[in-house]
Amino acid sequence: MDIYRELILDHYKHPHNFGHLSKPTATHTLFNSACGDKITMEIQVDKKDIVTDIQFSGEGCAISQASASMLTDLVKGKTKKEILKLTSADIFSLLNTELSVSRVKCAVLPLEVLQKAVTSTV
Amino acid sequence: MNISTTRKDFPILKRRINGKPIVYLDSSATSLKPQYVIDAMTKYYTTYTANVFRGIYTMSEEATAAYENARKRIAKFINAPSEKEIVFTKNTSESLNLLAYTLLPSRITKGDSVVTTIMEHHSNFVPWQQLVTKYGGTLRVWNIQKDGTLNIHDLKKLVDRKTKIVTFTAVSNVLGTITPISEIVKAVKRINPDCLVIADAAQAVPHIPVDVVAWGADAITFSGHKMLGPSGIGVLWMKEALLDILPPFLYGGDMIREVHVKDTLFNDLPHKFEAGTPFIEGAIGLGAAVEYLQKIGMDQVRRHEKEITSYAMKRLLSIPGVTMYGPKNPEIRGGVIAFRLEGVHPHDVAQILDEDNICIRVGYHCAMPLHEFLGVGATCRASFYIYTTKEDIDALVLGIKKVQKMFK
Repeated sequence: MDIYRELILDHYKHPHNFGHLSKPTATHTLFNSACGDKITMEIQVDKKDIVTDIQFSGEGCAISQASASMLTDLVKGKTKKEILKLTSADIFSLLNTELSVSRVKCAVLPLEVLQKAVTSTV
Repeated sequence: MNISTTRKDFPILKRRINGKPIVYLDSSATSLKPQYVIDAMTKYYTTYTANVFRGIYTMSEEATAAYENARKRIAKFINAPSEKEIVFTKNTSESLNLLAYTLLPSRITKGDSVVTTIMEHHSNFVPWQQLVTKYGGTLRVWNIQKDGTLNIHDLKKLVDRKTKIVTFTAVSNVLGTITPISEIVKAVKRINPDCLVIADAAQAVPHIPVDVVAWGADAITFSGHKMLGPSGIGVLWMKEALLDILPPFLYGGDMIREVHVKDTLFNDLPHKFEAGTPFIEGAIGLGAAVEYLQKIGMDQVRRHEKEITSYAMKRLLSIPGVTMYGPKNPEIRGGVIAFRLEGVHPHDVAQILDEDNICIRVGYHCAMPLHEFLGVGATCRASFYIYTTKEDIDALVLGIKKVQKMFK
């Protein structure tokens, strides 16, 4: 099945940046109650508003976990402003797979959580 | 009951998606519809479309008669002493909200309590959680035992003289647990005869023989779309004496007898609770669904589902990595199985099963408190009805093995 291409399954089985930060600047959690995904993002932000470290945790499907894993790789070293500019289109190009309507929410949830965490540091 | 004849009554089962048949295992969410129900509703649209209770002309009288006949049939189906006790609503959620909104203001004061269970659908949890505290009462939660059943002895701790309502599901939509309703009613009334008992029967009325007199509860609620009828029609049954003293839930047309500038006299039961033009064809469709189920016989429905459920539990248990929830004993279990697959998120399970048109539900099934209590995230859920075959179960098992292979 196309949606579960090798790279996505690899991120699902071996997620990057999975775990916790010892002293996060901000933490945020969201549920997708329709299918039961739960994602928490913890970020470390320095004085120049740069996200220097990031970890995610929670339970989710292959799509949401892979999306979170790839997203955390992408945003490390980016400024808060840059992160807030990211859109669902950026996530789709990261995943580079065909998503049905019901999976879009799974894919975008990690970005939603991250942006909420970033906003809460302002 | 002849399963292959029964399946022919459901036109949707003829559909092929990508050339493959549909394996429908989501009847706890909504049931498929037999041609008989579709025809009954089409007949209203094509031969006697009219509003009820208002017109003097033939078609309106036909519509009124069909609407009221549906009510009578439903009353008989659950052995209600009178059809006045059958209130048409939108669905089970609305029936339960009707009860919460109209019962609590006059019944709950500081220090009072309402009891519900940890395995409720949100529709029998959130209305009480939100409204009981508003009137100064507390919501007490009855937890389940390890095997997914309720322990009746817990009621001694949960119910006292200040407990006004005990409400619980007749059949759990996740665990499948069939609760011993009459025993619970007796235990509650022994402690407090004035305490009302409500049973959410959304997963019971479609699947097991229901006798409200034998159950002894004060009110039950259920939805049409889970029992072969259309969505958008539901039922509240309540003992006439209780319904009679309850204030109206919604005001408007049809629920009145006289309206003057300064005051209004409300209509008789059950119309007092049916404000506005009702879902006429919905009620007619539900009446037809009940007629269809009566022809099969609810004992037969239950027997078939018990057989399918036993078979499914046996087959699923034989797959390494599958964890099932709920009672193991098919005697106290309805046709629903929640399970998890080790190492694969339920959403991925459902997506891969969908490749073969195997329809299951994944998530919290509108029962987040239960999932938190069980300490699990989302679960997969397969649920059955009169059209479910052993071949459907075999397809599910094959599908699960395919999922495991992909995620190995």
